[in-house]
Amino acid sequence: MINEVIKLVSPKNLETFFQDEKYTDETVIVRPTYLSICAADQRYYQGKRKQEILDKKLPLTLIHEGIGEVMYDKQGQFKKGEKVVMVPNTPVEKDDIIHENYLRSSKFRSSSADGFMQSAVYMNRNRIIPIGSIDESVGSFLELCSVSVNAIENFIRKAHPRKNVIGIWGCGSVGYLTTLILKSYFPNSKIIVMGTSREKLSYFSFADETKIITELEPNFYVDHAFECVGGPKAEDAINQIIDHINPEGTISLMGVSEEFPRINTRMVLEKGISLLGNSRSGYDDFKKTVEIVQNKQIQEYLTNIISETIEINNINDINEAFDRDLNNDFKTVMKWNI
Amino acid sequence: MNFGGILAGGKGTRMGKTDLPKQFLMLGEKPIIIHTIEQFLISPVIDAVIVAVPANWITYTQDIVEKYCKDEKIYIIEGGSSRNGTVMNICKFITENFKDEDNIVVTHDAVRPFVTQRIIKDNVELCKKYGATDTVIPAVDTIVESKDGMVISNIPVRSQMYQGQTPQSFNVKAFMDEYNALTEEEKEILTDAAKVYVIKQKQVGLVMGESYNMKITTKHDLKLAKLMLNNLNEEEE
Repeated sequence: MINEVIKLVSPKNLETFFQDEKYTDETVIVRPTYLSICAADQRYYQGKRKQEILDKKLPLTLIHEGIGEVMYDKQGQFKKGEKVVMVPNTPVEKDDIIHENYLRSSKFRSSSADGFMQSAVYMNRNRIIPIGSIDESVGSFLELCSVSVNAIENFIRKAHPRKNVIGIWGCGSVGYLTTLILKSYFPNSKIIVMGTSREKLSYFSFADETKIITELEPNFYVDHAFECVGGPKAEDAINQIIDHINPEGTISLMGVSEEFPRINTRMVLEKGISLLGNSRSGYDDFKKTVEIVQNKQIQEYLTNIISETIEINNINDINEAFDRDLNNDFKTVMKWNI
Repeated sequence: MNFGGILAGGKGTRMGKTDLPKQFLMLGEKPIIIHTIEQFLISPVIDAVIVAVPANWITYTQDIVEKYCKDEKIYIIEGGSSRNGTVMNICKFITENFKDEDNIVVTHDAVRPFVTQRIIKDNVELCKKYGATDTVIPAVDTIVESKDGMVISNIPVRSQMYQGQTPQSFNVKAFMDEYNALTEEEKEILTDAAKVYVIKQKQVGLVMGESYNMKITTKHDLKLAKLMLNNLNEEEE
């Protein structure tokens, strides 16, 4: 089937390609409806990845957060028009111990496989999940919610059981979603968010407390922490967490940094701190996310961080969306009409 | 209900020495017509696809549909002797088999496989609004009119000129009523279905096409289409 696919050929330069797609009985064709821009897509778009990475990966179809409606399922398992979330991780092997999103062989859309900026996405039927009554704009960033779910599930498996106070560092979208979902998992824990912007922190009405990072009391301690900062500031955040975490606490790392952060490992050793890496998510995380987000109150909170919804009818509109996303505090959603 | 109406009545005399009508030539791994049918088959706004082909190509078309995109929503019928005759055959088939006053048919050239989902969707939406649509792109070149083929008789304002593509979409019942009300003389000069509405001073909504929604009518077009699908090397072999 001829498919219209939009690829980033060089930074800020998108082009339409046509691909002859193959489909089998296991394929379900999904028309993307609402897509959301992730910081990772933005880094490719702006050309902020290392040159050798850009040389290797471009041309690349961006976007790995999105929902769509089923266009065609030969087997009839999914109904035409049914709204589904698309799981960007595609495992190619089965492993009983290691989760699919950590297998080095797995393909991930908008990185090692085509992302969702297409007229139709050819999904394997085990990579889509009906979203039920979830609002479509909110549905566009279910993937990012599932990344938080993956990190929290990891945290539950690996962190010690004293979870009286949990600190979240970062007041962007990842910090917001992680705090919100963590609160639904641990309603009795005190969840405190650390950030740099009072305005952004004021969105976190469901957190037990918020603090500005320069105003932390010396005797302020958390049992565990989530680092949701990423980028060049991640280094400061991780070192501040190391100072303010109780012994044997777990630091769940969620932010992506291009440069290697320098970490106070002496104190990591002294306190017996566990650094827990988290990346992406798998089918089971999406399943749990879709269940959690059915809650109308959570959907309301999620709606509050849609900074802007932009209608996309052509490539110029996509360029506009990526440009405007740079100035948005939280999520930029694209209503996909291509 | 909304129908895709694939017009494949032509025998492809413009393509050169090929024996197969042009809609059956391979583009990548499938015949051109299959690519076109597939776009309508997967469209969320289309309920069934009617494919009209010359009488002696019906069995052949059934064979390739069976091979590449078998689906109970595809119907293969006989085309007419002219373009509008083919459109009418599709309309008659729809009227006889799916009784509904609001039936819409989105007619499309079999040899335009790069039609997009957006174009199909816009056709259905605007057809509901206006009763008929035509898919166009703004004219790039200045249009020059010459009545005798020797000297210019007129140069229309380019910004008001568009090039017609397909799909063209209609309310099935209204189109049949309009067409049946034409005189035989009028029917003969009408090579374009949208013109049936224009001469009756009825509104036809404009759907923006795409430059790449090209019609594959020459060997050069086919080469370009293969290049667009990144199959140039295959073509050269």
